[in-house]
Amino acid sequence: MKVFCNGEAQEIAPGTRVAEYLSQLGLDASSVVVECDGKILTREEYGSHALQDGSVLELIRFVGGG
Amino acid sequence: MLTIAGRKFRSRLFGGTGKFSSPEVMKEALAASGCEMVTVALRRVDLDNPDDDIMRVLDRDRYLFLPNTSGARDAGEAIRLAKLARASGGGEWLKLEVTPDPRTLLPDPIETLKATEELVKEGFKVLPYINADPILALRLQDVGAVAVMPLGSPIGTNQGVLTRFQIEIIIAQAQVPVIVDAGLGAPSHVAEAMEMGADAVLVNTAIAVAGDPVRMARAFAMAVEAGRIAYEAGLGAVSKDAAPSSPDDGLGFLR
Repeated sequence: MKVFCNGEAQEIAPGTRVAEYLSQLGLDASSVVVECDGKILTREEYGSHALQDGSVLELIRFVGGG
Repeated sequence: MLTIAGRKFRSRLFGGTGKFSSPEVMKEALAASGCEMVTVALRRVDLDNPDDDIMRVLDRDRYLFLPNTSGARDAGEAIRLAKLARASGGGEWLKLEVTPDPRTLLPDPIETLKATEELVKEGFKVLPYINADPILALRLQDVGAVAVMPLGSPIGTNQGVLTRFQIEIIIAQAQVPVIVDAGLGAPSHVAEAMEMGADAVLVNTAIAVAGDPVRMARAFAMAVEAGRIAYEAGLGAVSKDAAPSSPDDGLGFLR
């Protein structure tokens, strides 16, 4: 199935949960905030929240700024 | 000692974390600046560089994070960024920036006031970045901003305190701390702001892009301290007419 992550279409296995997806991308879950279909997920939800076909994900983190 | 929203700060210099040549230089420069609060921004993760993470080099025990809402063009975008910052573990502190015009990066006063009202209700400690408008500063204070951050000159311009007259009024009127932010390009600029009675200053670009950011951070820290001590010591009055520093009397032997 397909999800849209940070504006890019990505093919992932059905039933993939957010925590697994972050790990596949090589991301440390504690450093990323996830917005899925417009809703901000809590870190506790990463392990249980299964991505749906067509889900729109925004993965956001802190960067340098003034 | 400076207190904002009940939190005490020994240093009156706040640091930015943008534009540094490397995370290591940033870390060393922030240490040299002595600052205790640093701004950070929120952006999409670069999926090609998953390890590019500023949190690996910034010590959360040492610095209070002040996430900003840079990039927001209206209140709605700023509120969305604020909520993402809080969910990222950024805490309740927020530098609210609403800058619809990319050329000037001047803040939108109406959207800033709207967003401040909403975010205060949501429990954020809001420090709005504003043009140096004394009336707006009071309006923001009334709706619960914990400090105001008037600009010296536009972001990243290093032009210094071009808004002196308005900032003097803000300092005279505000009940909340006044942090002069943006455009402070040299230690003399921050000394000027502190001599005027600003409670603190925020510096990013001038330190980050200096030839030697670590030494420049030290210079800014010294200037902030000098300016503050001068303010507390009480500056002499400005006069148009000259007044001799040496005695008028005792010159009879010359004539």
